[in-house]
Amino acid sequence: MRNPKIDTNSLQSEAAVDLNNLPADAFELKHNDIHAHIDTNFASQNFWLDAYKRFVKNKGAVIGLLLIVVIIFFAVVGPWMTPYTYNQQTIQQQNLAPRIKGLEWLGFNGTESIITSSGVIEKNGYEANGWDDIYYWFGSDNLGRDIFTRVWEGTRISLLVALVAVTVDILFGLSYGLISGYFGGRADMIMQRIAELLNSIPNLVIVTLMILVMSPGLGAIIVAISLIGWIPMARIARAQMLKLKEQEYVLASRSLGASPLHLIFNTIMPNIIGQIITQTMFSIPSAIFTEAFLAFVGLGIPAPLASLGTMINDAYKFATTHTYMIIFPLMILSLLMLCCNLVADGLRDALDPQQKEM
Amino acid sequence: MSAVTLLILLMLLFSMLKLMPGSPFNDEKLTVQQIETMKEKYGLNDPVYIQYFRYVFNMCRGDFGVSYNISKNVPITELLKTRLPTSLRIGFQAVLIGSTIGLFLGIAAALRHNSIIDTIATVLSVLGVSLPSYVFALGLAYFVGFRLGWLPLLYSTENPFNSSIMPTISLAMFSLANIARFTRTEILEVMRSDYILLARSKGVSGLQLIIKHILRNALIPIITVLGPLFVNQMTGSLVVEKIFSIPGIGELMVRSIQSNDYNVTIVLSFVYSVMYIGIMLIVDLMYGVIDPRIRLSKEENHAQS
Repeated sequence: MRNPKIDTNSLQSEAAVDLNNLPADAFELKHNDIHAHIDTNFASQNFWLDAYKRFVKNKGAVIGLLLIVVIIFFAVVGPWMTPYTYNQQTIQQQNLAPRIKGLEWLGFNGTESIITSSGVIEKNGYEANGWDDIYYWFGSDNLGRDIFTRVWEGTRISLLVALVAVTVDILFGLSYGLISGYFGGRADMIMQRIAELLNSIPNLVIVTLMILVMSPGLGAIIVAISLIGWIPMARIARAQMLKLKEQEYVLASRSLGASPLHLIFNTIMPNIIGQIITQTMFSIPSAIFTEAFLAFVGLGIPAPLASLGTMINDAYKFATTHTYMIIFPLMILSLLMLCCNLVADGLRDALDPQQKEM
Repeated sequence: MSAVTLLILLMLLFSMLKLMPGSPFNDEKLTVQQIETMKEKYGLNDPVYIQYFRYVFNMCRGDFGVSYNISKNVPITELLKTRLPTSLRIGFQAVLIGSTIGLFLGIAAALRHNSIIDTIATVLSVLGVSLPSYVFALGLAYFVGFRLGWLPLLYSTENPFNSSIMPTISLAMFSLANIARFTRTEILEVMRSDYILLARSKGVSGLQLIIKHILRNALIPIITVLGPLFVNQMTGSLVVEKIFSIPGIGELMVRSIQSNDYNVTIVLSFVYSVMYIGIMLIVDLMYGVIDPRIRLSKEENHAQS
């Protein structure tokens, strides 16, 4: 852009002109419309809009996100969609295969084939007992409980665990890493030793022992997951902090008198928001996995409460006879973890395109 | 550093042992008198710090105490002796197979970027990273072991090879996926670098280029993930050993948790931690071997200080 220019020649020739009282026509506007272009190719774009565009381009991530939304929807609504509750036992109606009204032609007709040593037995528990208006959408388990209701009830537990993991990640892990990285020196030394110690014990050992000490239950599981979940986030936050704290804009802010807390959370943190979101997303599947793992080892939430892990653990004994019992919880769990990973991958590529795949 | 960590760890584990609720002697047939005798016998009536020192001392001699109720009065060392090799063998097989196939898959995917191999590798690695090993274990056990009947469903000591194929594969999936993914990105990265361009323009090509120039540079970050992979294998082995009923330490751990045999749980936790710390140490040392830059810079540091 060129500024309107004073005609210097005329100024020199008429030296008597009073500079404080220039005539209105002393300046001539030089239009530069012909020279100036607005670069439409590289128009400045909002960071979030940019990230959104990159994210949407990634088919896997979008599908993953949609599926997660569907799963959350069912987890909220699912348990109310059936006439059963998660702990209601109808012992006469045990081991019934899935049957859905209107979807009989898809195989959901309540017939199961049991492979035994003497051949394959076709069995339909509904027809054998003349139950025409009883429908167990995902079948019923060995105690006569509705698997559909229990699966979604279990999904709620998994989602709750995920929520806890995210909260701990952000509230504790992030602050821990940022503070440790910012202050450096002795504080960093001590904080890193603590993290290192926790890190040098296999997670499964920590979790198992914590739960044994605290006696199994949802509370114990949540504490155990919180105890180990924050470490990766703290490490990433610290590494980013070490990288950013020598930057000039931080120095500028500091010389303007910003306090350390302001510097950490207002000046530096917004710059690593991409990594934070990505890491948070990655911590979800690992928390869900930890819960399922504990359930499988026998440290899950106590009955009659259900989590996907405990359902898999229970149904695994019947996997060869009543396969449908294990298929649904296993499928939902796998889908949930797969989708979370896909979304996390998508987010990383969208928010932080330069970062290498880890 | 590792030794200090181990000592602190031992202290933590020991206090955990003391904090555990319940007691292994909760058979209702036992009288108070008998419980007292048992406690006396196992030295559970001494002050805690004496118990701790005795514990550490015994551990250093390789005496881990006895199992309380899984197999009564059998020294845990005996249990470990029979079980550890099985677990180690299967874990080792899994990491070996997983990382070899993963490496090849990653190389193939990177060299044929955006081809069908690349797509297969990507899908496989996403699946392997996201799904826990017991999903594979259950799937394999059901389809290959049960429906098709190709391989034995359960592990048997008479036929240790055939019956360990399925557990190995299900454990290997995670390392396979991770290594493949990592190798692919690393190689793509290395292939863009200037020194590969230099090597190419000097006329190096084919296998020599891949092995000597690309792979050696790409391997460094790959080694970093090996440590965590081993650890993940341990977690996986607990569940997989349970599914295939392999007489390994993972299965023992699960059983000890379920039957309150705390002594065994603690010792196994210790064994797991020792293996973990050992692996991390080895990984640390491997860096130097593979990357001369790290070795040299370390020596420089020593010279300066």
